[in-house]
Amino acid sequence: MKKIRTSQELKALRNSLLQRRDPNKPCVRVCLGTGCRARGSADVVEAFTNEIKKQDLEIQVDCKQTGCHGFCERGPVVVIRPKEIFYQRVKPHDVPEIVSKTLLNGEVVDSLLYTDPASGQKVLYEYEVPFYKKQARLVLANNGRIDPTNIFDYIAIGGYQALAKAITTMSCEEVIDTVEKSGLRGLGGGGFPTGRKWRLCRKAPGDVKFVIGNGDEGDPGAFSDRSLMEANPHSILEGMIIGAYAIGANQGYLYVRAEYPLALKHLQIAIDQAREYGFLGNNIFNSGFNLDIKINRGGGAFVCGESSALVASIESKMGEPRAKYIHTVERGLWNKPTNINNVKTWASVPLIINNGADWYAKIGTEKSKGTAIFSLVGKVNNTGLVEVPMGTPLKDIIYDIGGGILEGKKFKAVQTGGPSGGCIPEELLDLPVDFERLTEAGSMMGSGGMIVMDEDTCMVDVARYFLDFLQYESCGKCVPCREGIKRMLEIITDITAGRGKEEVLEILQELAEMVKDFSLCGLGQTAPNTVLSTLRYFRDEYNAHVRDKKCPAGICKDLIEYFILEDKCIGCGACLKLCSQKAIQGDPNKLHIIDHAKCIRCGICRDACPYEAIMVK
Amino acid sequence: MAESAPEYSKVDKIIESYSCEGSALIAILQEIENLYGYLPAWALRRVSEKLNVPMIQVYGVASFYDAFHLTPRGKHLIRVCLGTACYLRGSARVLEALEEELGIKNGETTPDLMFSLQSVHCVGACALAPVTVVGERYFDKMTPTKVRNVLRRVQSKNEKD
Repeated sequence: MKKIRTSQELKALRNSLLQRRDPNKPCVRVCLGTGCRARGSADVVEAFTNEIKKQDLEIQVDCKQTGCHGFCERGPVVVIRPKEIFYQRVKPHDVPEIVSKTLLNGEVVDSLLYTDPASGQKVLYEYEVPFYKKQARLVLANNGRIDPTNIFDYIAIGGYQALAKAITTMSCEEVIDTVEKSGLRGLGGGGFPTGRKWRLCRKAPGDVKFVIGNGDEGDPGAFSDRSLMEANPHSILEGMIIGAYAIGANQGYLYVRAEYPLALKHLQIAIDQAREYGFLGNNIFNSGFNLDIKINRGGGAFVCGESSALVASIESKMGEPRAKYIHTVERGLWNKPTNINNVKTWASVPLIINNGADWYAKIGTEKSKGTAIFSLVGKVNNTGLVEVPMGTPLKDIIYDIGGGILEGKKFKAVQTGGPSGGCIPEELLDLPVDFERLTEAGSMMGSGGMIVMDEDTCMVDVARYFLDFLQYESCGKCVPCREGIKRMLEIITDITAGRGKEEVLEILQELAEMVKDFSLCGLGQTAPNTVLSTLRYFRDEYNAHVRDKKCPAGICKDLIEYFILEDKCIGCGACLKLCSQKAIQGDPNKLHIIDHAKCIRCGICRDACPYEAIMVK
Repeated sequence: MAESAPEYSKVDKIIESYSCEGSALIAILQEIENLYGYLPAWALRRVSEKLNVPMIQVYGVASFYDAFHLTPRGKHLIRVCLGTACYLRGSARVLEALEEELGIKNGETTPDLMFSLQSVHCVGACALAPVTVVGERYFDKMTPTKVRNVLRRVQSKNEKD
C-alpha cells in the first residue's frame, strides 16, 4: 500500500471509501468487547457469518465486529444498520430469525428488544435506550460503530484528519495553544492541564523526548481505558502522534495492562496499520517529523499507573515511584523529557484539533471541560460505560442512566476514583461531577470507576477492602505508605471482627491524615481517602461496630448470625444438603435450625433457600 | 515440587531475540513465564548472566510484579475477580468456596498440578460480577453454590481432552 503523504491523499482515500460504502446497506454490528465476549458474542458472530453464507447474502449484507458499546449489562449486544435497531442478550440460535426477518424484510424481532423498566415499553433503536439517551459521547462516540482492526473504518469516519490538519497547517506552538485553550485536563484522574504539561515538556532542554500513553488501568472496578483501547485504538494513536509532533518527541510507548489481551492485540494491529499508511514512521505527512510507537505490557502492579513508577517499569526496573520534585516532563524515561497522558486524554486530542478549542471549552463546567467517563458498576441496574458532560449530577448518572439500584434496594453510597477515591453519601447525590467538586466531597475523579453501593454494603468493610488492596499494592519504598496502610488495615480488621474499641477511631483518623500528608507518591497520598470519607459520612456504622458490636449491613462475619424464620421454613432440606459444616439440623417437613457454634457464616444456606426463610442479624 | 530441567537453548533464544539488552528484562521474563507458566530458578540465573544484570535485580523484578511466578503452576488457572464490583456482589465468598473445594489457599497450586487458584483485582468485566475466569473462560454471576459445578465442568472437559 502506498503511504499517505498529503491531506489531499487522505481526503481522496476517504472519499473513495465512502463511495464504495452504501450507508443504507444492512449491516450487523456485533459487540466483541470483553463483557459481551465473555457472554458468548464470538459465537453470535460465527452464527451470523454462517447464516449469511447459507442464505447466500454475502453481497447484500455486512457483518461487523465492533468494540464495546458500553451497555455490558445487556450483552451480547447487536445493532443493525441502517435503522440502528438494538437487540440485546442475543444467542446464536436467535441469528437465523434476525437474518430472515430484520436483515431481509426490515421486520423487528420483538423478543430481543430492550424493555425500559421504568415505562415497561420496548425500545426499538439504540439511541432511544435510556442508558444511551442521556449520555454525551465524544471520546467513546465511535466505540460500537467501527471495526477496531480495520483502519479503513477509522479513516471513513474522518480518522487521521486531525493529524493531517495539525502537521500540515499548524505549528507545534499552535497545537499546544489549542489544547491549552480547550481546557483539556488529564483524564487518568490527576486532572493536570494537558496543554500546560505539553508546553513544559516541549520547553525542557534536550533533543530526545518521549511520549507515553498510560493504559495501565489498575483500579478495580474501572474498565473505560480497556474499552477505548479495544474499540477505537486509532483514536489513541492519532492523539499521541499529534502530541509527539507538538512536543518534539520521536519515540512513543503505550503501557498497557497485561490482563487486557484484547486491548494489546488491537493496539498492535493499529500500530502496524498506521505504519503501513505512513501515519507512523519517517517523514509523516511530508513534514520531516518521525515517530514510532511501541507497546509495553505491564507486569500487574497498581503503582505503575503512577508516572515515575510507570517510567521505571518501561526501563525494566521495579515499579517504584520517586520524589515529585523531579518532574517527568524534564527527566522521565531514561532521564529524558517525557510526556505521559492517559489513553482517554490522548483520544480527546483529535476531537479538539478537528472541532476547535472553543467547541471543547463550551462543554463542561468552569474549570473542568469536556466529558467525564465512568465505569458504572456495583449495585446498579445498568452496569456499563458512561460518558457525560462534566458537571452532570451524580443522581442523573446513577438513576437516569444507571436505572437505579439493583432489586429496588436503598442507595447508600457511591465510590468514585477507585482505591484513591472516597465514598459519597446520599445527601450529596445532587453533586455535579467534575474534578473540583469530587475532591471537595473527599473523593476524586480517578480513572473513572463509579461504584454504587446499596443498603447491604457495610462501609467499614468497604474501607477494609480498599486498604487490603492498597497494602498489597504499596511498593514499600516509603515508610508512611508501607507501614501506615498496614496499621490502618489492622485497626479496621479489628473493628470488623468486633475487637475494636471506641478510641481506635481517633487513632485511625490521625493515622489516615499522616499517611495522606507524608507519603511519597499519589498511591499513599490518596490511600486514606476511603477511610477518611467513610469516617466523615458513615460514622454511625463505625460506632455500631465498635460500641454495639453489630454490623448493620450484615456483612462482617464475626458480628452476624444466620437464623431460620419459624413461619417461613417448610423443612424442604435445601439448606441442610448444601451446608459444608453440617451446622443445620431438622427432619423433613419440620422446622430446621442452625447450630451457631458450627456455622462458618458462608451464607450458602441463604442463597439456597427458596422461601427466603434464612435471615441475618 | 519438581522444577523443569534446564533448557538453556530455548531461554537463550528468547534473550538473544532482544539482543541481550538489559532494558528488555521485563519483556524477556514475560516470554519465559509464557513458555513455562512460571520463572524457573535456572532461567533467572541464565538471564542474569546473559544480560549482565545482577541477580538481585532480576529477582527483584521477578518478585515485584504479579505477572511473574517463582513456582510451577497448575494446568488450569482459576482467577477469582476481587475487583470492587465483584467484591460487593460477593466474590470473597466464591473464593472461600473454591479454597474449601480445592483444599488450597489463594495463590497456591494443587499437589497434582491440576489447579492454581489466584485472586485478581478486576478483569474489567464488571457487568458479569462476580466473575471467575478459568483459563480463558469466563463464568459470570458466580455464587459459592455454583463452584462445584464449574470445577466439575472443567474436570470433565479435561478427561475428554
